[in-house]
Amino acid sequence: MISKMINFSSAITICVALFAAQGGAQTLINGAGSTFDYPAFTKWFEAYGSVDANVRFNYQSIGSGAGQKLLLNQTVDFGASDAPMKDEALAKAPGKILHLPIVAGGVAIIYNLPGDPKLRLDGDTLANIYLGNITSWKDPKIAALNPGVDLPDTAIIPIHRADGSGTSFIFTDYLSSINTPWSDTVGRGSSVKWPAGIGLAAKGSEGVAGQVKQLPGGIGYAELAYADQNKIPFADLKNEAGRFIPPAPDSVSAALATAKIPEDFRFSMVNAPGENAYPICGASWVLLYQIPKNADNGAKLVAFLKWAVTEGQKISPSLDYAPLPSEVQQRELTLLDTIK
Amino acid sequence: MNYDNQIDAPQSTESHWGDHAFKWLTLAMALSIFLLVFLIGFELSKGSKPALEKFGWHFLTSSDWDPVNDIYGALPFIYGTLVSSLIALVIAVPISIGTAVYLTELAPLWLRQPLTMFIELLAAVPSVILGLWGIFVMVPFLRDHLFPWLQKHLGFLPFFKGPIYGVSMLAGGIIVAIMIIPIITSVSREILRSVPGLQREAAYALGATRWEVTRIAVLSYARKGLFGAVILGLGRALGETMAVTMVIGNTPQIVQSLLAPGYTLASVIANEFNEATGDLYPSALFAIALALLGLTVIVNIIAQILLKTFAGPSVKPQH
Repeated sequence: MISKMINFSSAITICVALFAAQGGAQTLINGAGSTFDYPAFTKWFEAYGSVDANVRFNYQSIGSGAGQKLLLNQTVDFGASDAPMKDEALAKAPGKILHLPIVAGGVAIIYNLPGDPKLRLDGDTLANIYLGNITSWKDPKIAALNPGVDLPDTAIIPIHRADGSGTSFIFTDYLSSINTPWSDTVGRGSSVKWPAGIGLAAKGSEGVAGQVKQLPGGIGYAELAYADQNKIPFADLKNEAGRFIPPAPDSVSAALATAKIPEDFRFSMVNAPGENAYPICGASWVLLYQIPKNADNGAKLVAFLKWAVTEGQKISPSLDYAPLPSEVQQRELTLLDTIK
Repeated sequence: MNYDNQIDAPQSTESHWGDHAFKWLTLAMALSIFLLVFLIGFELSKGSKPALEKFGWHFLTSSDWDPVNDIYGALPFIYGTLVSSLIALVIAVPISIGTAVYLTELAPLWLRQPLTMFIELLAAVPSVILGLWGIFVMVPFLRDHLFPWLQKHLGFLPFFKGPIYGVSMLAGGIIVAIMIIPIITSVSREILRSVPGLQREAAYALGATRWEVTRIAVLSYARKGLFGAVILGLGRALGETMAVTMVIGNTPQIVQSLLAPGYTLASVIANEFNEATGDLYPSALFAIALALLGLTVIVNIIAQILLKTFAGPSVKPQH
């Protein structure tokens, strides 16, 4: 029902665009999907005005799932999603859909302890906290990772997202890749069946951050930008190379540079092998058809995306996104050239 | 005679036409309500078909909600919706009816208007604002003061056992109570105001005290209407989404403790619909919506039966 309403509203915007096009030969490109990408798109749309003033964008940040749905219905020119599309969904599409990584970001582990000590954690400990096997901050496993830190004997309250979210996908993807009991019992997804009776769920990143701030002993996860802006302490995470790395645009870029990226760009970048790579991070993709339904819009969209994956990346760090490494940029430009 | 006819004939046809048009127009409006409900039901059934075909009645009795493995059951959400609404009614009904009685029977005239205005102001507070207030003001207060007190004095009851997080089924019930108090109060006040003055005068004439007048002549006379006011509040409580989502803890579980987090039907739709991909997952959320619609209808039918059984034909004053 919601998607129908969206169809309807985009139909209206398309009509409005047609009128506008008659006046000033403007092109309106419609997109929908991930809320994680929304701040980047907003900045880019504005900055792109000085490159090509005749293109206007309408992006609805209604969630990755809805973005995929609208792209499959060919209601929008492009979709944006925090998780790559599944094979079943791609099989249903009326044409070949391309995945184009557009931004990458880290997920920070935030916590509330007296005195705000700097913590070090690893994936196995995190998984056991969220599985309910580690229940106190004084647990020997946490103490072993944090020599010299005075840990209180308070209960750990793990907090997770209640709403379906790309952030949850990255977090559970990471735990699944590290901890076998986690991947067997919970798995990865934008919503998962969290272990029963352990901790709390909050709506949105602001909800998770709010609960962590309020509850002594709380631990949670949120996009780096969120933790940064709200001045909540976050942990250094042990990466594949055995080093403890804080989340930052640099360490996420380092992860991107060393992650294995296949031909179709559907990849997971958690626990990347780089020396300086932060382990809990993920990319977000722009989804578009190789043969666009509307050729004019398609050409304008490709021009914009070529700009976004190169020039646009310079804006990324100011929004706490990691810029795409130049090697990845080149590969994406090659992919964009295949669009008719 | 001739003159009269000339005047009468066009006039009567005209009013005849007007009457007809008016009748059909209002009929069309009334039917549009049926059409709307029918369309909503139809869309929901259509959307929920894949999930219901796969799980059948088991969907309503299973407690498993696992989007990763595509297994869906609605029981914890149905439980959460019913319990949070029940808590809300237990808190809101005495406060609302008490306020309405005070406003119509006891309050000095100069106080009635400002108090009524405040109640209507409370009704106008958007749900999401109440939810934010709930997270940042109400929940910390409950966690640090009310809940520890409840646990200390009533901890022997299973309802108040377990760890205290603040966000909980009880917090959800309290926020819903705050939201339905204005509705129940406003409707109850209108109903009590419509009790004829003769009723009261007759009771006073028999030597009744103020309390007896209120009880015998007013409340008992108006009980059917008051019951209707409560049902209106209940309808709102069952469907309330944003504020509840923010304070209930969003954990699909069935536990006795009211201090533990819960989940409602409306909340799970609001939380998960955006990111629901695949075929079965969105369909399961449609089925949740259908369950909510069904629950509302069943609760209303039960309310109608209760009304017929207990309230009786009290509208006609026979005492």
